[in-house]
Amino acid sequence: MAFRNYILVCGGTACESSRADQIYQNLIEECKAQGVADEVQIVKTGCFGFCEQGPIVKILPEDSFYVKVKPEDAKELVSEHVIKGREVARLLYDKESSRKHAKVEDIKFYQKQFRIVLRNCGFIDPENIDEYIAREGYQALEKALFEMTGEDIIEELKTAGLRGRGGAGFPTWMKWNFSRQAANDTKYVVCNADEGDPGAYMDRSTLEGDPHSVLEAMTICGKTIGANKGFIYIRAEYPLAIHRLEIAMKQAREYGLLGSNILGSGFDFDIEIRLGAGAFVCGEETALLHSIEGHRGMPTPRPPFPAVKGLWGKPTVINNVETWANIPVIITKGGNWFNKIGTADSKGTKVFALTGKIRNSGLVEVPMGTTLREIIYDIGGGIANNKKFKAVQTGGPSGGVITEDDLDTPIDFGSLVRIGSMMGSGGMIVMDEDDCIVDVAKFYLNFTVDESCGKCAPCRIGGKSLCNILEKITIGNGTMKDFETLETIGEAMKKGSLCALGQTAPNPVLSTIKHFKDEYLAHIVDKSCPSGTCKKLVKYTINAEKCIGCTACARKCPVAAITGERKQVHIIDQSVCIKCGVCMETCKFGAVEIH
Amino acid sequence: MSIVHVKINGIPVEVEEGTTVLNAAKKAGVKIPTLCYHDDLKPFGSCGLCIVKQEGSAKIIRACAAPVSENLSVITHDAELFEVRKTILELILSNHPSSCLTCIRNGECELQDLAVEFGIREQPFESRISDRPKDTSSASIVLDPEKCIKCGRCVQVCQDMQGVFALEFIGRGDGTVMAPAAMLQLEDSPCVRCGQCAAHCPVGAIYEKDETDSFRSAVKDPNKQVVVQIAPSIRVGLSESFGLPAGTVTTKKIYSAIRRLGAVAVHDTNFGADLTIMEEGSELVARLTKGGALPQMTSCCPAWVDYVEKYYPDLLDHVSSAKSPMQMVGAIEKTYTAQKMGVDPAKLYTVAIMPCTAKKYEAIRDEHMHSSGYQDVDLVLTTREFARLIKSSGIDFLHLEEEEADSPIGEYSGAGTIFGATGGVMEAAVRTAYHVVTGKELEHIEVESVRGLSEVKKGAVDFDGTPIRVAVIHGLTHVKEVMDEIRAAKAEGKQAPYEFIEVMACRGGCIAGGGQPYGANDELRVERSAGLYADDKNSKVRCSHHNESIHKLYEEFLEKPLSEKAHHLLHTSYQDLPVYKA
Repeated sequence: MAFRNYILVCGGTACESSRADQIYQNLIEECKAQGVADEVQIVKTGCFGFCEQGPIVKILPEDSFYVKVKPEDAKELVSEHVIKGREVARLLYDKESSRKHAKVEDIKFYQKQFRIVLRNCGFIDPENIDEYIAREGYQALEKALFEMTGEDIIEELKTAGLRGRGGAGFPTWMKWNFSRQAANDTKYVVCNADEGDPGAYMDRSTLEGDPHSVLEAMTICGKTIGANKGFIYIRAEYPLAIHRLEIAMKQAREYGLLGSNILGSGFDFDIEIRLGAGAFVCGEETALLHSIEGHRGMPTPRPPFPAVKGLWGKPTVINNVETWANIPVIITKGGNWFNKIGTADSKGTKVFALTGKIRNSGLVEVPMGTTLREIIYDIGGGIANNKKFKAVQTGGPSGGVITEDDLDTPIDFGSLVRIGSMMGSGGMIVMDEDDCIVDVAKFYLNFTVDESCGKCAPCRIGGKSLCNILEKITIGNGTMKDFETLETIGEAMKKGSLCALGQTAPNPVLSTIKHFKDEYLAHIVDKSCPSGTCKKLVKYTINAEKCIGCTACARKCPVAAITGERKQVHIIDQSVCIKCGVCMETCKFGAVEIH
Repeated sequence: MSIVHVKINGIPVEVEEGTTVLNAAKKAGVKIPTLCYHDDLKPFGSCGLCIVKQEGSAKIIRACAAPVSENLSVITHDAELFEVRKTILELILSNHPSSCLTCIRNGECELQDLAVEFGIREQPFESRISDRPKDTSSASIVLDPEKCIKCGRCVQVCQDMQGVFALEFIGRGDGTVMAPAAMLQLEDSPCVRCGQCAAHCPVGAIYEKDETDSFRSAVKDPNKQVVVQIAPSIRVGLSESFGLPAGTVTTKKIYSAIRRLGAVAVHDTNFGADLTIMEEGSELVARLTKGGALPQMTSCCPAWVDYVEKYYPDLLDHVSSAKSPMQMVGAIEKTYTAQKMGVDPAKLYTVAIMPCTAKKYEAIRDEHMHSSGYQDVDLVLTTREFARLIKSSGIDFLHLEEEEADSPIGEYSGAGTIFGATGGVMEAAVRTAYHVVTGKELEHIEVESVRGLSEVKKGAVDFDGTPIRVAVIHGLTHVKEVMDEIRAAKAEGKQAPYEFIEVMACRGGCIAGGGQPYGANDELRVERSAGLYADDKNSKVRCSHHNESIHKLYEEFLEKPLSEKAHHLLHTSYQDLPVYKA
């Protein structure tokens, strides 16, 4: 049945938190009330990626891109756009105020993106398998089951050059091949959906917006290596993704696309969901497998690798969500199509969660080789609030900071390592002049220390020591010797930790020391925090020109650090001041300043 | 098994497929430093000291866990690895108190050894020591969280080797501790006091309750007459404490040392072992001929008894009612021996030197252990405590004259002495039960099928036409298979396919008990057992029922096996215990 309009409402977690469901319900109500219920199809889709501008509503066929929509806008959207055919200009995305009718392809945020992994997000209703199938869904599975051998599939992946997207970048074809070649045995396929990097939500959006892509991919892998059972290990903090996966699995089973005798091929494959329980370390593959086994989620030494000896000691292919999402496209379009995208060492695209002090924060997918500058300025729109770019952090708590000098680096696995960071899973956090780089390092270390499983000495003890030293530096007790200590412990952790959590935990510290030594010196030698972030290092002073001697601040000061006669300029005694900031809040004349 | 060719620091080595880099290096005469690694356990990978480099790659691998691959070439020692290892050690030391001088492991500590190896001269990192108090709730074992270096051995031992699960990793990251679930005290946990945790701990975080001072007070006390018995395993275990090769039998020097320490009489638990065979053997024959729960299971191991009471209380009627050899000797000492010596039993102070930490609890377990009217065994000292006692008493052990034990509780048969090895109790029992059932003497008294380190040994001995099916199990984690068989058969009203089962909680048997000298691994277990089997071979009398002193005891005192007196003094009963005392 042909509809007059298709209204796509973003149903990603971020937009849902901003009442996307209410918008959706209201649109349905309004269409009914205004008599166009039969002519309009309203669909809740996955994440559009332009999270800064959410909640997002896209109306087809005009391809009108409405942003920052509120539930009360539903009435006008129906009456104006649907019924009268007039776009609601005030809700359209406007990059320049003079432009109206901004279509998606005109939006700079999207222009340099190439969406393979997120191909269906924002287009289909993830809770309707028919929509996935309509967009070439499950064609790859059909091809893999009936037209290709296991070897063919491995060859296709090898041609494609797909490398794991979880952070390590291991060649996917090789991993699958190890398991395929392992002796005839019970084998397993696992999806690592325990996305834990702070600020990363690529996997969440993929699972919420296009769960079938992962199911289909895992089934293809099962056929390739000879496994009949798969597990999706997903963090319990992703209830919407879990819900969408459960619906998708149910629908796939109903259609004979999952379970026994898939599509009549004689091949059985089914998937079980396992929930995480709040441990970042369970994103590490061996810890994840042990968690599935019912043990404490602690890593075990590798070799042996899971591809050979994984879940319950059996050959196991474990890949990240994003890696899985690439598989169906590689099978349908071919490895040669895929390997034309990207760089020599990294084929295909990468999804990044672009966040921080950026104008256009959101989920972006770009071909490998896109430069950091292009992502931050062309796609990201540059630094918010006209502030100055300071650094961009990639790779989450495992990565390093990248400065202005390296912004023209084309992104791929190798290049990011060469400039002292890493791809990681795709987190990209932009910092401006107001961010204290020492505080950033401290934040990441606090995270890794909190999440450390505690098994190995270098990470358990070393991490805490690094953390304590940074804490000391940010409260003004740092010494020059700290540089050496941070370096020594960092090296021991990099080389001696059992897993990548500990091995990469020192990266933020070591990288920020390398690029921003002056800022560290300011904290250690001058006992000052240039950006004004480290509370204990900021100085509150009274500007003599603005102070009228009203004594309000002196009266409010909890430690009586301020002295001054009525109508005389007041002074703050630095040795007594506890930097609580009450004086600044109290002063009606803006005379209290922070340094 | 195919052969793999590797290079260790350029030295070519050939090893079997599946060998770890650590063991391949040993073959090349290269000792890679380790701390959390132990031969008994699966490689854990927590300390990070065994890291080595793969030549031609930046890859760093843990030698303890990495299997060799064809043409693998590793560098085990260079400046970079030394620095990293040293830093890791310094980090571990920053979490560990510097109170070596007052620590029970002073001189016998793996962390001290590493500090020496790496030439540690300073502590560059801020010291952070745990302030959690000691857990002294158990009669046998002390947990000292201050010293714990989180190597994980104790948890692996308790869960994987012993299947007891008294210890677990609690918490996460810097706050991880090794403790019973819900941070309960050890005494309220499933702990059976086997002491394997203490035997594997590299430092002074878990150790036996040291009661050597009680011994010192007793021998000084004019109102006490100290009598000491030594377990079978002591005669082959103590040697290592004095630098002798593992398995060296030093029985007669030990007797001498005991007298020098101030004991008025020296007895041998092996006599008790012979006595146990008489009682338990008769009990088995009674069950076989007149009826009773079969298979019968041995009861000389107190950790095993505790394990049945907690985990298999439905099978308690299978456990022999006979006390352990130690408890039998204690009961006899306070009655028969006291009489013979003309000493008031109230003044007799009975000491037992045991390879076992659980025995400290056995001695005070219930009213049966006071069958003489007094506490039958007043004090249990582990081999390690005994070694410390000797060393602190000016006794030059290696140069002692050999002496004999006192009669009759010092006389033993070869069957008694092999009680310390896994399969020993079974073999001893078979030698005598055969005679009791058939009236004949067993021709091949060395029953090979029950010897060795195979975890569950099954066999059948032909009792002149009647097959007696036996199972010998060591390491508590391995009892499950057979216990499940018994339960399954019971559910069908049948008997499982065994008549007699021997269980020893500790792998290898008591010779590798929780109280023996440190460092037990399978090589040592074999050597220590070999010492006992040699002692058996050298014994004049090989079977318990040929021990003249045993006959004398029955004639003069006990009347006959399973008599009323024997029941009162030499038998006990059991109870259903909760796994956790919440």
